[in-house]
Amino acid sequence: MADPAPAISAAPAKQVSKQAAPRNEPSGGKARLRDRLAGIALATPATALMLALLIGPTLAVGFLSLTDWGFGARSFAFIGLDNYAEMAGDPVFRRSLINTLVYVGVVMPVSVALALAVALLIQGGRFGRTFFRTAYFLPVASTLVAMATVWQFMLHPNLGLVNEMLRLVGLAGPNWLTDRGLVLFTLAWIGIWETIGYNMILFLAGLMAIPGHLYEAAEVDGAHRPLDKFLTVTWPMLGPTTLFVIVITAIRSFRVFESVAVLTQGGPGNASQVLLFTMYRESFVYFRAGYGAALTIVFLAFILILTLIQIRVIDRRVHYA
Amino acid sequence: MSARRLRMIALEALRILLLGAGAVVMLAPFVWMVATSLKSPSEIFAAGFSLWPEDFNAYANYARAFTEVPMLRFLLNGVIVCTGILFFQIVTAVPCAYALAKLGFRGGTIVFGMVLVGLMIPSHVPAIPLYLAFANLGLLNTYWALIIPSAVSVFAIFLFRQFFRSVPDDLINAARVDGLSEFSIVWRIVVPTAWPAITAFSIFSVVANWNDLFWPLIVLTDTALATPPLGILFFRDQEAGSDYGALMAGTTIITAPLVIVFLLAQRRFIEGITLSGVKG
Repeated sequence: MADPAPAISAAPAKQVSKQAAPRNEPSGGKARLRDRLAGIALATPATALMLALLIGPTLAVGFLSLTDWGFGARSFAFIGLDNYAEMAGDPVFRRSLINTLVYVGVVMPVSVALALAVALLIQGGRFGRTFFRTAYFLPVASTLVAMATVWQFMLHPNLGLVNEMLRLVGLAGPNWLTDRGLVLFTLAWIGIWETIGYNMILFLAGLMAIPGHLYEAAEVDGAHRPLDKFLTVTWPMLGPTTLFVIVITAIRSFRVFESVAVLTQGGPGNASQVLLFTMYRESFVYFRAGYGAALTIVFLAFILILTLIQIRVIDRRVHYA
Repeated sequence: MSARRLRMIALEALRILLLGAGAVVMLAPFVWMVATSLKSPSEIFAAGFSLWPEDFNAYANYARAFTEVPMLRFLLNGVIVCTGILFFQIVTAVPCAYALAKLGFRGGTIVFGMVLVGLMIPSHVPAIPLYLAFANLGLLNTYWALIIPSAVSVFAIFLFRQFFRSVPDDLINAARVDGLSEFSIVWRIVVPTAWPAITAFSIFSVVANWNDLFWPLIVLTDTALATPPLGILFFRDQEAGSDYGALMAGTTIITAPLVIVFLLAQRRFIEGITLSGVKG
């Protein structure tokens, strides 16, 4: 009875939107013509803006990445894949790509695991549900640039709250944001702090979609302890949600920019250089538009790969959960 | 029976202890920010820590944050930019979404394909050509440079299209029989049924644009036009230096609007932000 296979498919919440009303097909050629003209008229402004602000510029970035153009330059030459070749030998780029992957590699598992734990604990009892949900979500609702400034103050080597607390227990706190070996993990911590609440909400939604009768069935089958219920019902039913949260977190943390721009500017000595910040600096500080465009394309390629994984995950979620 | 009850109480206590410890860490920056914004410099630089200031210095700190940089202007800029962006996003997305959902027209598939492709492109990607265009038009350091790049939201089109598809065709046909134009049908019949989606999207859009740093950093050098995040950077780098009381007063002012809205309308707020599960 307590078959935990996710194919039980019990929460059709996501499927409601799939059963949309059939397409409107008014009879009569005149009405249909009127519809078509109206359709074109109504869709044109948005379409024109999409072409001008999103699709066109993205294609232009692809083109620019094949040139040596710099902002303000009068001419440019077509240099093929030279920018990409330069990138391959550029230690700053390599550093920033590795750093970005390490950052994602830390933020993703930690924030997903902590968010799952928080969601389970919140869901697991009655007292203080709303309060805890609010408390954990607050970082998501606040302005990251401002809060990063607060973290900078809290992590100040002498005045900061964190090292002050460490001194209380007799430890000498490090210099969190200027230590080469540490800075990336300090930024990752801020990323985790900022992401937990978001992931918690996704997990809470997933938990609420698990039908109660599965727990009753598990109980009948002898799963009395919370851990047994978790292993036989919650975890298998939550699988698709977890996969989804993991991919979403990867995409979000791959875009890390604000905390780097506010706290470290990529330093000390490129120790916290990340892809998006390198792209910003090459393009808009050094004005190397061609090279910046090539960096943008690499950034886009990673996001596209992650997004394609996400689409597959969403498909599975619709089918199973 | 009573042993079981005891166990449940113990488990509940453990749950609250764990959640409470986590909550302290999550809330610490907020508490410390507000506490510091009330303290005098000597107290901030002194060793040891206390939450409540012995020497209440809030007035001086907040006065400094409001007068050394145009803090109110930053907030106003944030409101102008976010409202402007939201206005254009709704005005362009709603008709397009309606056309895609309810009117079969030639090219509809292509437009929807563009929307799906657009969903995959982060807003950072078109930055270089857009910067070039605004520089050539002489529009850097204007509100337009902040608003226009976000004037259309593929996410809004996608979301509203999903929503409009469930609006009954009978409702729309009845309006046609009454002689309403498609334009009036969109704004007077369809939009009122879609308020939940529009509200959720509005929160998503305002939060994203209020907090954005990347694009304002690129197109703005003029302090007077700074959005709240950029404003707090100006304040930190130029004025506040190591006057942490004033700096924390500034961050409190910048963070307060969204946090207050969140606390007042939690359910809607969470709905709006987690919508971006699709978009990131």
